[in-house]
Amino acid sequence: MDVNQKFTPQNWPQHAETATMEGKNKFVGIWIFLASDTVLFASVFATYLALKDQGPAGMEFSAQGLFELPLAFMMTMLLLTSSLTSVYAMYHMKNHNAKGVITWMAITVLLGLGFLALEIYEFQHYVHIGFGYTQSAFSSAFFTLVGTHGLHVIIGLVWITGLILRNAKRGLTLYNAPKFFAASIYWHFIDVVWVFIFTVVYLMGVLG
Amino acid sequence: MMKGLKKWRLFALLSVLTVFLSACGEEYISTLKPSGPVGQEQLNILILAVSIMALVVIVVSVIYLLAFAKFRRSKVGEDFMPKQVEGSHTLEVIWTVIPIVLLLILAVPTLTATYKFADVAAADEVDEEGNKTALTVNVTAKLYWWEFEYPDLGIITAQELVVPTGEKVYFNLLAADVKHSFWIPAAGGKMDTNVDNLNKFYLQFDEESEGLKDGVFYGKCAELCGPSHALMDFKVKTLNPEAFDTWVAAMQATEGNVADPNSSNAGEAAFANSCLGCHAVSAVTGAGVGPNLTAFGDRNRTAGFLEHSVEETTNWIMDPENYKPGNLMTGKYSVTEEEAKAIAEYLMTLSVED
Amino acid sequence: MSSVAKKKGFGGHIWDYLTTVDHKKIAILYLAAGTLFFAIAGFEALLIRVQLMIPNNDFISAGLFNELLTMHGTTMLFLAATPLLFAFMNAIVPLQIGARDVAFPFLNALGFWLFFFGAVFLHLSFFLGGAPDAGWTSYASLSLYSPGHGIDFYVLGLQISGAGTLISGINFIVTIITMRAPGMTFMRMPLFTWTSLVSSTLILFAFPPLTAGLFLMLVDRMFGANFFDHTMGGNTIIWEHLFWIFGHPEVYILVLPAFGLFSEIIPVFARKRLFGYSSMVFATILIGFLGFMVWAHHMFTVGLGATANAIFAVATMAIAVPTGMKVFNWILTIWGGSIKVTVPMLYALGFIPSFVAGGVTGVMQAAAPLDYQLHDSYFIVAHFHYVIVGGIVTALFGSAHFYWPIMFNRALNEKLGVLTFWIFFIGFHLTFFLQHFLGLMGMPRRVFTYMADQGWDTFNFISSIGALMMGLGVILLVINVLISIKTPPLNRRDYWGDGRSLEWALETPLPFYNFKQLPLVRGYDPYWIEKEEGNKEGMVYAEPMGDIHMPNNSILPFIMSIGTFIAAFGALYSPWGDQAKAGTAESVSPGLSLALLIGGLGLTVLCMITRSVKDDYGYHVHKEEVEQVEKELAEFRAKGGKR
Repeated sequence: MDVNQKFTPQNWPQHAETATMEGKNKFVGIWIFLASDTVLFASVFATYLALKDQGPAGMEFSAQGLFELPLAFMMTMLLLTSSLTSVYAMYHMKNHNAKGVITWMAITVLLGLGFLALEIYEFQHYVHIGFGYTQSAFSSAFFTLVGTHGLHVIIGLVWITGLILRNAKRGLTLYNAPKFFAASIYWHFIDVVWVFIFTVVYLMGVLG
Repeated sequence: MMKGLKKWRLFALLSVLTVFLSACGEEYISTLKPSGPVGQEQLNILILAVSIMALVVIVVSVIYLLAFAKFRRSKVGEDFMPKQVEGSHTLEVIWTVIPIVLLLILAVPTLTATYKFADVAAADEVDEEGNKTALTVNVTAKLYWWEFEYPDLGIITAQELVVPTGEKVYFNLLAADVKHSFWIPAAGGKMDTNVDNLNKFYLQFDEESEGLKDGVFYGKCAELCGPSHALMDFKVKTLNPEAFDTWVAAMQATEGNVADPNSSNAGEAAFANSCLGCHAVSAVTGAGVGPNLTAFGDRNRTAGFLEHSVEETTNWIMDPENYKPGNLMTGKYSVTEEEAKAIAEYLMTLSVED
Repeated sequence: MSSVAKKKGFGGHIWDYLTTVDHKKIAILYLAAGTLFFAIAGFEALLIRVQLMIPNNDFISAGLFNELLTMHGTTMLFLAATPLLFAFMNAIVPLQIGARDVAFPFLNALGFWLFFFGAVFLHLSFFLGGAPDAGWTSYASLSLYSPGHGIDFYVLGLQISGAGTLISGINFIVTIITMRAPGMTFMRMPLFTWTSLVSSTLILFAFPPLTAGLFLMLVDRMFGANFFDHTMGGNTIIWEHLFWIFGHPEVYILVLPAFGLFSEIIPVFARKRLFGYSSMVFATILIGFLGFMVWAHHMFTVGLGATANAIFAVATMAIAVPTGMKVFNWILTIWGGSIKVTVPMLYALGFIPSFVAGGVTGVMQAAAPLDYQLHDSYFIVAHFHYVIVGGIVTALFGSAHFYWPIMFNRALNEKLGVLTFWIFFIGFHLTFFLQHFLGLMGMPRRVFTYMADQGWDTFNFISSIGALMMGLGVILLVINVLISIKTPPLNRRDYWGDGRSLEWALETPLPFYNFKQLPLVRGYDPYWIEKEEGNKEGMVYAEPMGDIHMPNNSILPFIMSIGTFIAAFGALYSPWGDQAKAGTAESVSPGLSLALLIGGLGLTVLCMITRSVKDDYGYHVHKEEVEQVEKELAEFRAKGGKR
């Protein structure tokens, strides 16, 4: 099958992402990779929980005093919404609407950038008040956990932006459909991890 | 399958095995010749485990050798076409159930002993006057030496642990720098000395060490801790309760001992000038930077493993890095060869035993 | 496009291997690199044994000894056993499932080059100020304390090669799930494919905790974080947990494919179907699952408490059951068969008792109170060498003989192979059997020397003699390989005469697309079935002759790996670490460190961008070209392999 074949909404396959062997491999591969990534986050989560509030004798920082829910809530909303917009993009992919895919993916990126901006603001605020990376075991664990997620967000943004730029003009094919699909699954995963971070770090941190 | 191997042969084999195991090793360091109930119980589990495992190995070997002997191509013929069997449910059940039963037999003593050895509640028991009833020793592992503090007796010593026989001795284990592991093979299994948290366990010694080859049991560091990990030995002297009380009293009587820099003894003066900053000569003191030397003269070894002589002690003082690479003593002082020898001679006089 | 006709110069061959995405060539790369590191680590082991031959020996200094034992363990597990198993997985699994390549050929190459550059990076430590010296477990308090850059090389080298291993693991899982030929259902897959699948799944779940642990140590040592510094609230036990959550499954990652290899060898030379196939599959999965439940049995003496020790003791004992199932199934495969004792079979026959011995000592150590005595003594050294040498190394040596005809179209010499086996096998038992007793007699592991008169002298001496014999065995195997180059090519299928699975149905040398038409698998042991029915072709086809889609070669994996290699130096010489600040480790200026870090990773990212911007559709080998290649190959074989 020629992967660059031009399709119309009428003959576009129901599951374009798995219509080719390469697509099927990508589909299975991204899920397998995310299983592995889940264990990575589990390890970092466990480390964070073990080191929460741990620091040198007389440390002034604690999760309860440090984290602010309104900011974390705003970040959560931005990321959750971006997950929803990526669903819209996939919906348009099903209907072979290239413009819809690009538009909604672009909105996803914008929301992701908003999230990232807030996270950077939050981090530099902590550093500013003395809660830097090397301040204590707690600070190292916090920045590592949330930072690992932040790094995933950055990778996701670069990935999706690249896809948008590369495919903006050439429409949907069986070559690029699996790529969009894999990126969107990845983006959902980042979102789910953030829900756990919000719960474990921020909610459980503030509520004690 | 077991036709050729009658039961009595199995037992004969096992008893030979037991004898062989117990003939192994030196009494002062072998886990196979335990000198207390903890080590003994661990040896009992070992013998049980070895028996079960020997049974497994024998059964497997017999079937295996039989199969090999019967079904070689040279025997069955070049053209023999074996029956292509898929498997057998009966056999599969058998070799699933029997191992489970064997493991359960091993699991029972394992679990009881695990809980028993972890029970250190008695360490905190007190009599009517509020005194601890059991002896506790705080063990601090430091880069290549061991510190033993007796918190309830107010004394401290190093490198040579002295304990009474016939009672449980509780240990609080901690490492001061990197992780080590505290192991007296003849008395029982080891426990790690972590840097982050205190570990507690107990051992019991039933035999006085006097009659052993060197008059002491050997202790080892069992966790890789740097270049001189292999040399981080200590010794254990076990005394009967009366002798132990005498020893404690003698140690307590060293309270206030110091080396005098103006002493007419050249060794004491040199020691006071160069060594006293790190090494105490009184057992009634806090934890030291270096090993407490109050009972140095009574020790079995210098630096844990060198011959206990003036000559080796002098050599050690002159160049510790040569003997224990990575130790923290090197370069902290400077003495001449003459002074070192005088110090060594002085150290040999530091004794609390008669 | 022909794999035969095209003449290449030496440079052309090098370029071909640098850019290849062909699983058969990547297998050869893995084999070569794995053998190199196996030889290095084996040499380190010999130095260790020479030092311990007599008490109070001063052949090797204390510090160097710790470097040697660390590098021996690390290299053998990560850089020798893993790649050598990957070599066989790459060479054989696609053939066994009837695939033309793996699912992600590009990632396959990337996995190899990351592994390779990580390994090279780690070994540079010998020349750049000293190798890591905290043991392959690198426990946190000691590894933070260790001066110089040794531990940094360990952390960064393993991080890079670990990423490669993870990528390869994902690749194999997807390959086995999606690339199976028509009719190759899961319950018809050969056991080596099954064990590769389970082992790759273990990689998938076991390597991330290692990645996390290594990252924590990396930032602790090089960027001033405080995960393991207890004065700053850190906790060293976290490292022990993360390491062993990885470390225990790692044992099964290595031993399961070894089991799989023996499950291929034994039926062929017993001329009999593998006994209890479905229970073998079940046991494999169960071992893989339980492998994640038992990590704390490495930590019985850490002080986790009685309940944790009890739970992990019982869980560990449970693993003996599925392992026992496997052993009995192998023996019952032999039972009633027609056993031909070739070199691969010799290794398999030697494996069974050796591995059982290693397994039962494992159960003994599962008994926590007993382990208090055995832990960190020479008993454990004896135990895991029985498992690793008796289980994995015998599998690798046996499989080298077994699969050499498929991989290289040559056979290894049988007579020399038999001699090698006996020298190696006797040397192995001589080395390690007595070490059990050394441990019981109170000898701790990882000691660079020991005093005389502790009752250990004789056994240590015998043990060292055994090690020298093992060394001789390995040299003989290498000589065997070198001799094989000069032997005439085989140009045939089913070299051993009793092959059962698909890989034996193919005539060597293999064309680059493996199968000119995808096979149709009609049952378990498909080639055996076809032979039974007198099918001369060795297989029936699931498709007519047609165009074949193949992936393009690429140099990008190589360059990407170099990028991470450069970045690792940036982290290594970071000026922000505690050691660098204290002056106990060399460092460079912040600017240079950052430049290397960003430059190296930038190079990697640049390659990734290139990869995604430049479409790579692969290429099609047209039907006529396939026919041409087949014709050339037939002529090539007819002429006895001469061009």
